[in-house]
Amino acid sequence: MNIIVPIKQVPDLVEGLEIDDSGKDLNREWMKFKLNEFDDHALEEALILKEETGATVTAIALDSDDVDKALFTAAAKGADTIIKVTGVSGTGLSSHEAAKALANVIGGMSYDLVMTGVQAIDDRDGQLAVLLAHYLDKPHVSVVTSVTVAGDQAVISKEYGGGLVAEFEGTFPMVLGIQAARQSPRYVPVAKVRQIMRSASIEEVAAGDVGVSSGSDITKYFTPVSGGGAEMIGGSAEDQAAKIVELLKSKGIK
Amino acid sequence: MSNQVFVITEHINGQFDDSSFEMLAMGREVASATGGELVAVLMGHNQKDLASQLGAADKVIYADHESLANFNPQAHAKAASAIVAANMPRVVLTAYSSQGMEMGPAISVSQNMPLLAYVSGISVSGGSLTVVSQLYGGKMNVESQTSAGHCVMSVLPGAASADAGRKDGAPAIDDFAVDLGGLTIKFKQLIEPDKSDVDITQQPILVSVGRGIQNSDNLPMVEELAAKLGGAVSCSRPIVDSKWMPKTRQVGKSGLKVKPKLYLALGISGAPEHIEGMKDAELIIAVNSDPKAPIFDFAHYGVEGDLFDIIPALTGKL
Ligand SMILES: Cc1cc2nc3c(=O)[nH]c(=O)nc-3n(C[C@H](O)[C@H](O)[C@H](O)COP(=O)(O)OP(=O)(O)OC[C@H]3O[C@@H](n4cnc5c(N)ncnc54)[C@H](O)[C@@H]3O)c2cc1C
Repeated sequence: MNIIVPIKQVPDLVEGLEIDDSGKDLNREWMKFKLNEFDDHALEEALILKEETGATVTAIALDSDDVDKALFTAAAKGADTIIKVTGVSGTGLSSHEAAKALANVIGGMSYDLVMTGVQAIDDRDGQLAVLLAHYLDKPHVSVVTSVTVAGDQAVISKEYGGGLVAEFEGTFPMVLGIQAARQSPRYVPVAKVRQIMRSASIEEVAAGDVGVSSGSDITKYFTPVSGGGAEMIGGSAEDQAAKIVELLKSKGIK
Repeated sequence: MSNQVFVITEHINGQFDDSSFEMLAMGREVASATGGELVAVLMGHNQKDLASQLGAADKVIYADHESLANFNPQAHAKAASAIVAANMPRVVLTAYSSQGMEMGPAISVSQNMPLLAYVSGISVSGGSLTVVSQLYGGKMNVESQTSAGHCVMSVLPGAASADAGRKDGAPAIDDFAVDLGGLTIKFKQLIEPDKSDVDITQQPILVSVGRGIQNSDNLPMVEELAAKLGGAVSCSRPIVDSKWMPKTRQVGKSGLKVKPKLYLALGISGAPEHIEGMKDAELIIAVNSDPKAPIFDFAHYGVEGDLFDIIPALTGKL
């Protein structure tokens, strides 16, 4: 069984986001990136399936800032092959273009499952998994929390609200949007990634003709002020705690 | 292309999700601006009677098929795309939900329509639509314009009032015959959530913990605080995914929707998927070390600080 796992880097929210001078994009100059956490779950579920069934796992990413590190980390965790799609810049690319570029490459490969994260924080024009499925003309299940393989089929759990889960049975090939792996994504020490960088190599494949777009233009970025904002309680931790207790008393809660 | 506004409704176990009514409310405003008809799309099997709850729409298009009896990503994506293809509406609203996320992108690619996700607002002026999307975990809004004429949107829960779109009635129903041969994905069963744990939807006081807690060894101090307050501990999704707390304690989109008297959020950033589950709490107090955390936009009171200082201080004073 062959599993392909598209992964991508997203801005690390811990760093804070800044709007650039045009007002229509983020300032990406000092941006720090990290792997999309849901892609990390997709990779984890694929690696669990590899351990269970002997599947081969291929991690694939569009060329973008810091992507080599993400691919080598995937290899250090257990991906058999790592591929970088060249000729497009993945940073800030629309989901439609990303999906089409990946479909061009994946369409020429042999696969049973494509597993990617259910969403990313910058999917302005839609989540990758289902877009990719339709460019590949393959069926899809998204918001997936477990995959159990038997022969050329898999039983897939999909989550709804309130803890309700639906089970589906699907025949390969198909595309899955992974919400959460069965266990927390594994950790790999930096030393192991460095070691893999010396032994493994990234295969480069050209994206070919992408020819699609998001169909919309960004007119501005702005920071939200949704709920009007909280009244902030200042002071030392002791002061803050005392004020919370006062507040609870005044509301009749304590 | 028509001037219609389509709402792709969703139901599970014969119950519409609130998001369907919210989209009808939002769709009505868009339809008034475009001068078009508001059409609710209903898919199911022997479930035509559900249309009587869709009185906010001018018309219902109903597709009946065995494979639509329960939601099936492949069947519903195909049927929704076929219904859109036959009418080419100006705007198609799908929910940012487990079901909607399978249909919006499908319609976009198959009908070559632009798609905008995490939509919190839409305005129409002349030929173009201006749409606001909430991105980066609620930390940044992005406004987009599409002049393509038509567009699919994935609408954030809470973007409009469900009550404004919840109206019984007898809208005209157009039956739509759909061909769903060759499906390779089959629905097996629905698995109901565990009901043996504390029901956090019934608790008046919730002390809710997020990834800021760092690891499970730090949970006892949260439990101690909750006990002092006479409340229960709830949490954000990553805490459940890490197996530190059971699913029954998860608040949010894929967890439970809670409305306690007090919701004390500790080290929770306030991603839209979490906000969806707790925004209606009577009193929200948030503790977070990041002054720009989106949770402060929704909380009534905010404490910028380290939860490892605030929790013991607060527990000591109760
Ligand atoms: C389909 C779907 C459904 C989802 N459903 C849900 C759901 O039901 N519920 C849910 O919660 N999420 C859900 N999510 C996940 C959601 O997108 C976020 O990833 C999640 O809510 C983030 O949880 P968090 O706030 O605990 O973690 P983070 O976003 O990582 O935030 C941690 C916060 O802790 C703060 N912090 C760190 N250290 C400290 C400290 N010492 N003191 C004080 N503050 C500190 C940080 O500043 C940060 O704001 C869903 C996602 C998808 C795609």
